[in-house]
Amino acid sequence: MADFKPLLSSRYDLEDSHTLAVAEKAGAYKVARKALMTMKPEQIREEVKKASLRGRGGAGFPAGVKWGFLNPQAGEDVYLVINGDESEPGTFKDRTIMNGDPHRLIEGMIITCWAIGAHTAYIYVRGELSHSIAYLDQALEEARAKGYVGDRPFGKPFPIHIYTHSGAGAYICGEETALLNSLEGRRGEPRLKPPFPAIKGAFDQPTIVNNVETIASVPDIVEMGGEAWCNLSRLAPRDGGQRLYGISGHVKKPGVYEAPVGITMRELIYEYGGGMLHDDRPLKGVIPGGSSTPVLRPDLTIDAKDEEHPLHAWHGQSEIDVPMGVDTYRAMGTMLGTCCAIVMDSSVNMVEVARNLMRFYRHESCGQCTPCREGGAWLVDVLTEICAGRGKVEDVHRIVDISNNMMGNTICAFGEGTAMPMLGLVQKYREEFVEAAEKGVPLDVRHDASTLELVRPGGRAA
Amino acid sequence: MAFALTPEREKEVDELLTHYPNTRAALIPVLWICQRQHGWISPEVIAWVAARLSLSTAIVKGVVTFYTMFFQEPVGEHVIWVCRTLSCDLRGAKAIQEHLEEKLGCHAGHTSKDGKFTILKAECLAACGQAPMVQIDDAYYENLTLEKLDAIIEGYRSGEPPAPADYQLAATTRTMPTPPAPEPEPEPEATLEGEA
Ligand SMILES: Cc1cc2nc3c(=O)[nH]c(=O)nc-3n(C[C@H](O)[C@H](O)[C@H](O)COP(=O)(O)O)c2cc1C
Ligand code: SF4
Ligand code: FES
Repeated sequence: MADFKPLLSSRYDLEDSHTLAVAEKAGAYKVARKALMTMKPEQIREEVKKASLRGRGGAGFPAGVKWGFLNPQAGEDVYLVINGDESEPGTFKDRTIMNGDPHRLIEGMIITCWAIGAHTAYIYVRGELSHSIAYLDQALEEARAKGYVGDRPFGKPFPIHIYTHSGAGAYICGEETALLNSLEGRRGEPRLKPPFPAIKGAFDQPTIVNNVETIASVPDIVEMGGEAWCNLSRLAPRDGGQRLYGISGHVKKPGVYEAPVGITMRELIYEYGGGMLHDDRPLKGVIPGGSSTPVLRPDLTIDAKDEEHPLHAWHGQSEIDVPMGVDTYRAMGTMLGTCCAIVMDSSVNMVEVARNLMRFYRHESCGQCTPCREGGAWLVDVLTEICAGRGKVEDVHRIVDISNNMMGNTICAFGEGTAMPMLGLVQKYREEFVEAAEKGVPLDVRHDASTLELVRPGGRAA
Repeated sequence: MAFALTPEREKEVDELLTHYPNTRAALIPVLWICQRQHGWISPEVIAWVAARLSLSTAIVKGVVTFYTMFFQEPVGEHVIWVCRTLSCDLRGAKAIQEHLEEKLGCHAGHTSKDGKFTILKAECLAACGQAPMVQIDDAYYENLTLEKLDAIIEGYRSGEPPAPADYQLAATTRTMPTPPAPEPEPEPEATLEGEA
């Protein structure tokens, strides 16, 4: 196991870590004070650039570069909006920050507001996480009382006002422009880009949207210096720092773990996650970073003989032995996404997995684009027919066809987020789809005796 | 019957309006306040909110119908959301749903005869590492077994719901795993063979 010091999660285990007293005793707000009193905004932006902080919300865009797109015109107000929608299936990491160390996020927001020239910031949290909003509101109350947030943060005449804003149940509001519409009191329908939020975002003003974990990383970057923080990563300098990894599904110790960027999926599953849940059921596949990221199959190996290939160093190794980074995963044809893995053992049928996930996408499409709205529903219909034993082998082609017609034909990336995992499952487990089309499969992911054991008296979940 | 917020809640609305550069942005939070008081978003609530924020009822209704957490018809005293997305399903969410349906005598999407509980299916609730789980009103209950679920339902029936999941997550969220256990590393070869 890697030797490293926890940063993001360093205060999680303290009792009452969500309170200002405990967090401050453990170092909270030291960096914000220093940043506001002694650093220029461009200095902070420079450190964040050097840190190679890749956005933790899914797309992995470098935060420093995004901040650089801001170009406010006279009379425009810059907004900072934190994306705490956390709805991507399999993802449950931001919640640990909001509940376990809300002051780290608030400190990061204060520093970021100063760095980008924003006086108003919102934390948009999905409606279901009302307890997280309660933690954040309480923390904000405390920070206001101390004067860290308000008209003169740390005595500096640079007003910073921070508010929480609750969603009301809609995955699509995690997409940044849908989120802005939802913040403005509209239906959460994504907007056409461009203009990008940095030019025209919340209330038509220049806006930076960043994920909770992205901004919670800012205090450590400023404290350590961008370069030193970047070098914590095994994939420095392109993909810097430490991050939160989530792991759920068929492992012994599901949970959220902090580690350097660039550990392998094998490490995540067998070391952090404690290995497979049932010793006699080997790993069949793993969805690496939330449901929109194409599946990895451990018995497939990397084919990168060419020395120029970005994955050449891992030629011939298993897909789960490639370091987890934004660029390495993209080169593998998948995505790192939110870095929260869903682990599936040999008892799982991938056709049923597809049906479970496509049901999700059908339910959550905002409905603006026909390929997404109809495609998602058709996929569920075709998969249901296959599972019910009424399928034909052509249906497997039909799935590929529908998915291909969604790719690139929609307003937002939700369309690809539906089609890519679907294509990944069919490509990597084709034989299973063909077999199901011929014979049918039971209509759920796994409902055999061993699943029931998990929830029955004395079960493992106890 | 006309709808109106209590004076305390009215104050909450006044405060909310100071958060935004325009009144419309307060729409979703105001709907939340109304639903907390009234239990659901009735046509009267829509009319009241529209008047309060100077919006048309069509705009308010358009927003209400977009978001799954706004109830467009009355629900039971408590709403149970059962997460049925992949991570939960891999760990027995279907059994949780079926057990609830049997226990409460109604299917998902419906309210029990005594009006106490409505069961609804939910999509991933960001607690996948603590699967299976349900959300009851505002509270999360995680790492469920059928036994735990029974105790929770009994708690709600008797008016004393058990404490929800530990929000500090200490039990399931560790900074670092326990130091390298002496247990043998799973043989990668074996994994691949079993798979072939
Ligand atoms: C369908 C969809 C859902 C998304 N959901 C989330 C989410 O729940 N949380 C999040 O932080 N980003 C989400 N994103 C990514 C955001 O659009 C945006 O890229 C991100 O918040 C930017 O922050 P970052 O650069 O710090 O990652 C989603 C994107 C799409 C297309
Ligand atoms: S791709 Fe889907 S979710 Fe995105 S805007 Fe189009 S219909 Fe809505
Ligand atoms: S899948 Fe149930 S909480 Fe995420």
